Amino acid sequence: MSQSYNRGLIEDFGRWKEFSAGMWAWIFHKFTGWMLIGYLFTHIAVLSTAIGAAAGDPAAIQQETDVYTTTIQGLESLFIIRVLEVGLLAVAVFHILNGLRLLMVDLGVGLSAQDKSFYASLVLTGIITIASVPTFMDGVAI
Amino acid sequence: MSTQQEQPQEPESQEAPEDPEMRGTESPQQERLKEKEQGLAQEEAVDESDVEGETVHLKVFRYDPEVEGKQEPRFDDFYVPFEKGMTVLDAVMYARDEFDSSLTFRHSCRQAVCGSDAFFVNGRQQLGCKTQISDLKQPVRIEPLPHQEVVKDLVVDMDHFYDQMHAVEPYFQQEELPDGDLEEQRQSRENREKVKMSTRCIWCAACMSSCNIAAGDNEYLGPAAINKAYRFAMDEREDEEIKEHRLRIVEQEHGVWRCQTQFSCTEVCPKDIPLTEHIQELKREAVKKNLKFW
Repeated sequence: MSQSYNRGLIEDFGRWKEFSAGMWAWIFHKFTGWMLIGYLFTHIAVLSTAIGAAAGDPAAIQQETDVYTTTIQGLESLFIIRVLEVGLLAVAVFHILNGLRLLMVDLGVGLSAQDKSFYASLVLTGIITIASVPTFMDGVAI
Repeated sequence: MSTQQEQPQEPESQEAPEDPEMRGTESPQQERLKEKEQGLAQEEAVDESDVEGETVHLKVFRYDPEVEGKQEPRFDDFYVPFEKGMTVLDAVMYARDEFDSSLTFRHSCRQAVCGSDAFFVNGRQQLGCKTQISDLKQPVRIEPLPHQEVVKDLVVDMDHFYDQMHAVEPYFQQEELPDGDLEEQRQSRENREKVKMSTRCIWCAACMSSCNIAAGDNEYLGPAAINKAYRFAMDEREDEEIKEHRLRIVEQEHGVWRCQTQFSCTEVCPKDIPLTEHIQELKREAVKKNLKFW
């Protein structure tokens, strides 16, 4: 027993096929949480143009040529931005639904059905995301 | 008594087959492996004439710091004749008895009571004696428990796990005894029912090994220790101060709040203890104790 062997982290992502529902829920919750934090900072950059618009000519706002409106319209005209918005909705919806699931877990309600509630939140996220695609893709008329 | 008498003999009998091997490094074993492979064709020929000629393909993790060929961990293949009702433990015992006596693993009762033979079987922490070979995909990959130091082959160092278990003071601490000589410390049926599942723990460390928070945070008490704390904190026979003392232990930084409810421990527990539920209940108790709005 002079020596022992440290095998390190064995259950790493190389074993993703063996992960259970609770593990996936945890990974997705972490991932979506970080995505939402990232979005928080980028959307501050976009929203801050409203300060410039408010300080500028009020007539520009009427004519929709102020910096805020043009920034938003410019972003919305990009296809990739609209795709990312669908992604953002998916991330936010999953985080909300899984957050509700975690709230139930914290309250000790339905712990035996925790895997089913995870699958339910995945399916609901999928449905809501697919239903939102038409709105995001052609709903923005410039 | 019988086990005590056997104890001094055990290390001898375990070391006896090892000694010649250590002197001749791994050559006897390799010879045996070759013999086995050569004999395998014959064996299969014999087996095929039988009604049940099935063999189980085991891939067993091997490591031995004292043998040159095994200092780098490797996987050895064993082909064990299948029998109806064969468990993983039966299979590795057959491999040890018939093919390679240096194959090392812990086992004792063979009926999921002693908690010695938790292995990492096909990527999941399971008790060897409680896992049917017929339920597993071949080849059956048998490894020591992850996130614990490997001492030899399938034997891991359990010291840290036992330290965590002892850290929660897993013993009954009621000082005040009921008056009268023959008075008993009675527990209500409902209370017994409440702690029933948590008393089933056999200290096999499967939960601790499956917990990836415990893998990243060595100070985390781990599911088994918290379950042990639950067993006593929820016991109504202990005074309120003792319960508070217990909650103080588990509500620390590396206590219940480290649990991220992945349910890994609950899924691997061979005794079906609802570990996550118990951890969550202790979390709520800790909050109740600390949050006072009046």
